[in-house]
Amino acid sequence: MAALGPYASFIATSYGLVAAVVVLLIVWIFLDYRQQTARLRELEASGIVRRSGRSAAEI
Amino acid sequence: MSLIDLANPTKFLALTARVLPWLAGATAILLLIGLYQSAMAPDDYQQGATVKIMFIHVPNAWLSMFVWGIMSIASLGTLVWRHPLADVAAKAAAPIGAAFTFLALVTGSLWGRPMWGTYWEWDARLTSVLILFLMYLGLIALWRAVEDPSRAARAAAVLTLVGAINIPIIKFSVDWWNTLHQPASVIRMGGPTLDNAFLIPLLVMAIAFSLLFITLHLAAMRNEILRRRVRSLQMMQANQKAA
Repeated sequence: MAALGPYASFIATSYGLVAAVVVLLIVWIFLDYRQQTARLRELEASGIVRRSGRSAAEI
Repeated sequence: MSLIDLANPTKFLALTARVLPWLAGATAILLLIGLYQSAMAPDDYQQGATVKIMFIHVPNAWLSMFVWGIMSIASLGTLVWRHPLADVAAKAAAPIGAAFTFLALVTGSLWGRPMWGTYWEWDARLTSVLILFLMYLGLIALWRAVEDPSRAARAAAVLTLVGAINIPIIKFSVDWWNTLHQPASVIRMGGPTLDNAFLIPLLVMAIAFSLLFITLHLAAMRNEILRRRVRSLQMMQANQKAA
């Protein structure tokens, strides 16, 4: 930190904030994927199928 | 697989499943290289070490405008060609674009305090980027407010295209008005004014953040397609119960 000079806290806060927001985005997208695939499996398990007959959770 | 094939959501999902791990890997490697180069970059003779904020501020600022550009093209796809994935692309990009714009504003503010002596100034560049951020939030709210995705898509597409007027205003605000923000030093007539010691890490970080956007966007589009499948199955279930 000392090598970053008198404004080290501004630099560290900037990098820390970018890292936090990027990690939040990744986690949010990952959890959303899990939620959607779980819902699709639930619906298929209850007997609801697509008109094409294919699995909705199929990728 | 041709471009037309990608209009089919199932084929698009298959492609996404294949390319996402490679894209995520390439993004991680390039981010690590960019961060290492940023850490090793020399101090600026005037700004000292605060120049390191540039390596994250500028890619986020570029992407805040680039993402709106992508959403504008997608909006044309919705309104003109009625491409089945166009509004999926626009809707999935909005939260990611909002995050990049938020980071551009906050990192710019944290860079501004030691260099300009203030966190914020109501000048043309800063204000037009703040307006862009508010437009992203407005679009996200619109998509959430209208339940039918096709109705929401048309309204959002019109709003996106109207909002695209703000992009050249942001880009040229530093030339058209007197602002505290410095003029363009990379994308300008006559080439970049930055020394290679700063330009190379900046470009590596810009490519890394662009790859990050592509990766997150494809993953968010996949989620949106799945969400629409959930919706249509739930409607089928409701119809069956009603019958």
